[in-house]
Amino acid sequence: MHEIRWHGRGGQGGFTVARLLGMAASVFEGKFSLAFPSFGPERRGAPVLGFTRISETRITDRSMMDQCDYVVVLDETLMGPAVLKGVRENGVVLLNTKVPEKYRALTDRKIVDIDATSLAIEILGRPITNTAMLGALLAVSGVVSLFSVKEAIKQGMQASIAERNCAVVERAYEMVKGE
Amino acid sequence: MPGCRIFVSGDEAVAEAVRLARPHVISAYPITPQTVVVERISDFVEDGSLKSEYLHVESEHSAMSAALGAAAVGARTFTATSSQGLLYMAELLPYVSGARFPIVMMNANRTLATPWALLSDHRDSLSQIDSGWIQVYCEDAQEALDMIIQAYRIAEDPRVMAPIMVNLDGFLLTHTYEMVELPGQEEVDAFLPPYRTGNKMDLDDPKTVCYAAMDEYMEFHMKQELDMRKAPAVIAEVDRAFGDRFGRSYGGMVEPYRCEDAEVVLLTLGTVTGTARVVVDAMREEGHRVGLAKLRFMRPFPRQEILEIAGRVKAMGVIDKDISVGYEGIVFTNVNSSVCDLASPPPRINFIGGLGGRNISKGHVRGMFGQLLKLAGGEGMERIQFINVGCEHNG
Repeated sequence: MHEIRWHGRGGQGGFTVARLLGMAASVFEGKFSLAFPSFGPERRGAPVLGFTRISETRITDRSMMDQCDYVVVLDETLMGPAVLKGVRENGVVLLNTKVPEKYRALTDRKIVDIDATSLAIEILGRPITNTAMLGALLAVSGVVSLFSVKEAIKQGMQASIAERNCAVVERAYEMVKGE
Repeated sequence: MPGCRIFVSGDEAVAEAVRLARPHVISAYPITPQTVVVERISDFVEDGSLKSEYLHVESEHSAMSAALGAAAVGARTFTATSSQGLLYMAELLPYVSGARFPIVMMNANRTLATPWALLSDHRDSLSQIDSGWIQVYCEDAQEALDMIIQAYRIAEDPRVMAPIMVNLDGFLLTHTYEMVELPGQEEVDAFLPPYRTGNKMDLDDPKTVCYAAMDEYMEFHMKQELDMRKAPAVIAEVDRAFGDRFGRSYGGMVEPYRCEDAEVVLLTLGTVTGTARVVVDAMREEGHRVGLAKLRFMRPFPRQEILEIAGRVKAMGVIDKDISVGYEGIVFTNVNSSVCDLASPPPRINFIGGLGGRNISKGHVRGMFGQLLKLAGGEGMERIQFINVGCEHNG
């Protein structure tokens, strides 16, 4: 079982990307997955969590995700103890930042950084970093294939933005793989 | 349209099932976490993929009143609600069941105020078990989708003629996305033929429905009860027929899980069942003879199935995500009244948890099994235990 926790702010697409990953794993790879948001009132700009569980076998446990293998941080202003909580010993933190050295002292877990904001502005024209961070996650984890994620984006996003988001995922994937 | 696989939330799965069941009338009033259901259905009516009359009413009381009126002229109807909304329509629930109208309603289980809260527990639906409605509780989105379709066939069966409330744990199920098999329309049409009834207002065959009958009231409700006793057999029959056609069935009234040689069994309702499955598997690996029984229906109550399990275990636990303040969990009370018919019923513990959405983790469930194993070994245990609370009890 892979457990992935997404941290963003309301409006940044943190839950959308948790769902796209779950769709890629189940609909396009025949695995089992659950994707769910942090439950409760929703507000733009407030910290929002998304969760994805992926497994080769049926997932029945819907209790809270206390521990995870990957934490993906869409917005570096969220970095702190709450974000770093419950990352497993060999877990990885994926962080959208230009200045990773600023955060290394906060955790002994591995931090993989990518400047997702610049990439998103370049390709999408907006600082929506969810798909860039998904590309980075694929490069680090291989939980699903790049192909499946692109299929999920084509099916799960509006046609007008799907193609550019596929390009974002690919570029982010290559950037992190190339490091 | 042929069947396909889609990645949807529990709410969306219910909306898809409603589209496939082709109700004539939908009356809708939104309330979190049910809102997505009625929004998606309105999309289907708008894009023409569901040809229904969609009534956007001004309250839950009106939603059920409108469904009642539509059912009174023989329409297949759907509505959905949650929490305070269910309580607001409570006045209408016995109207519908008394008139023997087969309305199907989805309820997103959410706690009751106060303190005001949004998240899931079973206090809303369990407060309505005496309303004459059949109540089913789902574990995942596939079961929710399948049960909406099955619910129409059960409710409309002339042997039953009762409304059904299909319960989904709020957020835990309504807002969690997973893959479901979406059956094809032709297959659903073959499984669920159009609703035809004589129990309606009809100009060509005038009769009254929902009538005043001071003298026959008692006999009327005795007959209602006698028919409800036939429902478990119909539920099992419909479940088998669904399995034959779609390849999925759920075990009728109760689904026992690894109960065959179990010393202790935990009874669950709704999504916590899935968490308990994982714990049962892990503890079985360690050699503990533990099992669980998922209660799928609260009305009619699965008395026979519970007696059968209780008769061969050494201890039994019941998780209640509710409490009848002043007594105990509502599921526990119902289980107790069934097992007291045994010559020597197993000792039992009521685990009250999950109120207002409080997490019930695998560790908590493991703790419950630990208590039950001690109880089975003859140790005295507290009869009612609160799970995952942040304060001491006083007494």
